[in-house]
Amino acid sequence: MNVNELIEITEGKLLTETVDCSKTIKGGCGADLMSDVLASIQPDAVLLTGLCNPQVVRTSQMSDVAAIVFVRGKSPAEETIRLANEECIPLISSPFGMFELSGRLFQAGLPSFERPINEN
Amino acid sequence: MMNAASADNSQRFQNKVITDELAGSITRVEELAYILQIEDVMTKNVKTLNPNQTMLDLMETMKEYRVSGVPIVNGSPNHLVGLVSTEDLIKCLAKDDANAPISDYMATELLTVNTYDFLTEALKTFARSKVGRLPVVDKDGKLAGILTKGDITNGLLRALEKEYQEEEVRRYRASHLFEDIESDRSSLILRYNIAHYDFTNGGKASSNIKRALLRLGANAQLARRVGIAIYEAEMNLIIHTTNGGSIHVEIEPTQISVYVWDNGPGIKDVELALQPGYSTATEEIRELGFGAGMGLVNISRCVDEMDLQSEWGTGTHLTLRIYLKGEDVVGEGYQNR
Repeated sequence: MNVNELIEITEGKLLTETVDCSKTIKGGCGADLMSDVLASIQPDAVLLTGLCNPQVVRTSQMSDVAAIVFVRGKSPAEETIRLANEECIPLISSPFGMFELSGRLFQAGLPSFERPINEN
Repeated sequence: MMNAASADNSQRFQNKVITDELAGSITRVEELAYILQIEDVMTKNVKTLNPNQTMLDLMETMKEYRVSGVPIVNGSPNHLVGLVSTEDLIKCLAKDDANAPISDYMATELLTVNTYDFLTEALKTFARSKVGRLPVVDKDGKLAGILTKGDITNGLLRALEKEYQEEEVRRYRASHLFEDIESDRSSLILRYNIAHYDFTNGGKASSNIKRALLRLGANAQLARRVGIAIYEAEMNLIIHTTNGGSIHVEIEPTQISVYVWDNGPGIKDVELALQPGYSTATEEIRELGFGAGMGLVNISRCVDEMDLQSEWGTGTHLTLRIYLKGEDVVGEGYQNR
């Protein structure tokens, strides 16, 4: 799945400018707690989150997240968008909630990158 | 004729960070074909003629401007009606017909591209049609410029140079850092001061460290591991300390050591703090997305050695070590992508 397809499936709106839309997304992860994201350290995941602060972008940069989708039509602060542009991470705002988004993407064939806490 | 890249174009690349994934110039060129628009690379201010001028005028124009094709426009502003090339001129001269109007010889069924199309559109059209040049029209259908394969090559090279060279040079220099410096043991120490509750800058230090490692030639996976470990430690300083703290990263070719210090308040029960899911973070911190109780767990998973010393009322020392083996070695000019 690439960023274009992701936007289509999530019926989302792209919030960032500099985007490589051919970037491949290999898996998914839904989290509002950033350590949960960092725990799934496989690169090239899409992150579904309700959290809108710049830390989402920092966290994503650290764990090589390919794209961030904000749930329920949330739109992040200007600072978050600025940082995402700087780090070239696409931000997408989707009208759907975390549950429906996970379902849509999973159904489209995107595997989960989330792991149980006791697994190393 | 070559145009300097437009101002907004340079702005578009200003904030691009070259990550590992972007390295490798061939794929980068392909990507750029989807980023650059035709107006970024086309030749503007093209010399044009009108259909009533003669083929002799065309010959003079080609000679004077050293071009092999001229767009033909009718009226003002620039309504494109045809295109003549050297080939058309040769046909005309073969018939000794140089005084004929250009309209007799120009091609009128034209393939055009739009100013706002991405380069990839033009590349496809070139591949499909075997034409040497494409007139470029703007959104109102007026002639805006002309595009040759040479323009595309030049445009791509300029863009590559702009966004790429700087980072590549930095990375190349840094990746050989330790090679030419002789000592019994060389290391590079990076120091960062982290302020308590400074969420605005939270992650900045780890972001810079990750970038430094990539420049030193670390592979993406290593940079990610170290980045994540330090990011968690950095957020711990921001969230849990009284006065913030400091992070020192010592980079040697075969190991990376991270020292994280703070002067309080310290951890009451270290063993409990290491339990997955245990957190002392407040509700406010959780609303910011932290306090999952996974920080130290994540850190230990990313590093080879972790030592956590803490005394309540005194402060905490966290020491991390990552050993680099074989191709992971940094700063010695290894190409490991």
